Amino acid sequence: MSQLRPDLAIIADHVEPDSRVLDIGCGDGVLLAALRDQRGCNVHGMEIDAENVAGCVAKGLSVIQGDADKDLVFYPDDSFDYAILSQTLQTTKRPDMVLEELLRVGRRAFVSFPNFGHWRVRLALLWGGRMPVTRLLPVAWYETPNIHHLTITDFRALVAERGIRVEQAWFLVGDKRTSAAAANFRAEHAIFLVSR
Amino acid sequence: MATVQAPAGRSIVLPEPLQLDSGQQLAPVTVAFETYGELAADKSNAVLVCHATSGDQYVASVHPLTGKPGWWDRMVGPGKPIDTNRFHVICANVIGGCMGSTGPASQAADGQPYGMRFPVITIRDMVRAQVAMLAELGIERLYAAIGGSMGGMQALSLAANWPDIPERVLVVGATATMPAQNIAFQEVGRQAIMADPSWQAGDYYGTGKAPDAGLSVARMAAHITYLSEESLTEKFGRRLQDRQAKSFGFDADFQIESYLRYQGLSFTTRFDANSYLYITRAMSYFDLAEEHGGRLADAFEKTRARFCVVSFDTDWLYPTELSRRLVHALNATGTAVSFVELSAPYGHDSFLLDVPALDRVVSGFLNQ
Repeated sequence: MSQLRPDLAIIADHVEPDSRVLDIGCGDGVLLAALRDQRGCNVHGMEIDAENVAGCVAKGLSVIQGDADKDLVFYPDDSFDYAILSQTLQTTKRPDMVLEELLRVGRRAFVSFPNFGHWRVRLALLWGGRMPVTRLLPVAWYETPNIHHLTITDFRALVAERGIRVEQAWFLVGDKRTSAAAANFRAEHAIFLVSR
Repeated sequence: MATVQAPAGRSIVLPEPLQLDSGQQLAPVTVAFETYGELAADKSNAVLVCHATSGDQYVASVHPLTGKPGWWDRMVGPGKPIDTNRFHVICANVIGGCMGSTGPASQAADGQPYGMRFPVITIRDMVRAQVAMLAELGIERLYAAIGGSMGGMQALSLAANWPDIPERVLVVGATATMPAQNIAFQEVGRQAIMADPSWQAGDYYGTGKAPDAGLSVARMAAHITYLSEESLTEKFGRRLQDRQAKSFGFDADFQIESYLRYQGLSFTTRFDANSYLYITRAMSYFDLAEEHGGRLADAFEKTRARFCVVSFDTDWLYPTELSRRLVHALNATGTAVSFVELSAPYGHDSFLLDVPALDRVVSGFLNQ
């Protein structure tokens, strides 16, 4: 799975073979296709952009055009072994409710997001006094789709408050893994596997 | 043109009477159909294409009355998204129709045309006849059932009521439940036909007169609903037809008027007015949820088929919201479903026209 984005590669490596998977915000379907072709998973996707959906269908994937904030309610409880939300949590209107929905429709959920606690972000805000524009957060505040920035510590606090268990977590700097130590300061990107 | 004569094409007479939703029986029943591409030895490549309100079995061959190419010629054929090099495509004229399948213009037992004695039929009855046709052709499973508009409703009805037959279901610009606005337009069309004195309570066959004026108006009204404001403005705007100034009369001053009159008139050369009454009635009655205890998801409990649902952003007759409702019901049953709202300027008719994104979706879905 070398062509996958590093966060997707980590997710793909940790999905049990033959699972039922829902990827929310599946983009062009690259993770779904990998899970289907390499791990024999029964894959489903949700994606907001029509062209991306058409591209997914053309790849033979089952993807519906929909919105994580509105359309997850239509799936029954425990429909999937895994619900995946990669780089999307921070774009939703109600990340807490989306997270609850992920763990309602899926037995476990992978959630990945850019870490707003990364030292570059902190420095940019501290010294520049302006909303940071970085490699993982490349768009200015007024046009960014990321409307709910969060840090790794924020995420841990939310799941603790909601009684959600963190099964595993991975942290990335660039394309490289970094340890959990001081991750909120050092990691640009976090991937959590959570369950109830 | 008084009465439309169906040309002799391929057809099957069903061995059994057709038990209809109304409780009545229809017999004998002829189903006229066309096929394209070879049926594989193991019969695994049969694709049923279901036609829309004014369509017929000539999906990809020259229409015998109009001489025009098939209505989905751009989609069905060798190397096309529904590839006849690979699939055996079957398209049947619905019962109640007028292109060779049993309908109101057909002879009843007394040797006279049925006229309004023809029983009211439903979308499920149309599908029932096609299922019986498939059985006669020795086809038990379909690689896919495909349809746009009323064709999509037939594909859904097939999946819901004969869940073992289709392996894939592709529904474009359709709905699982006919909404009030659509019922309203269908009623306008029927009233236009029935208000035409030549309709003669449906017994116009052989009288030398047919309700062409009424059918024409029905078609004009319906045709508007198939287009979008955007496409009407783009294609016609307020441009005048073959004149420099308004006539201060009631000729077709505007190009759009002339176009609609032409569409209405030419429809009467290929369509029977009574068929129009029966087919639009069947659509008005269509409610897949009602058929299954009021819960749409229950309609799809037994199906194992994969679904692909497509809507168009400018289709105000079957807007995306209707497709979304269908998709949510399919989600609720854990069915493998794809859904996309494609952007195309042509309104409801987009499914018949040049929309390359639809081609990609159709061929991609059929490759699953």
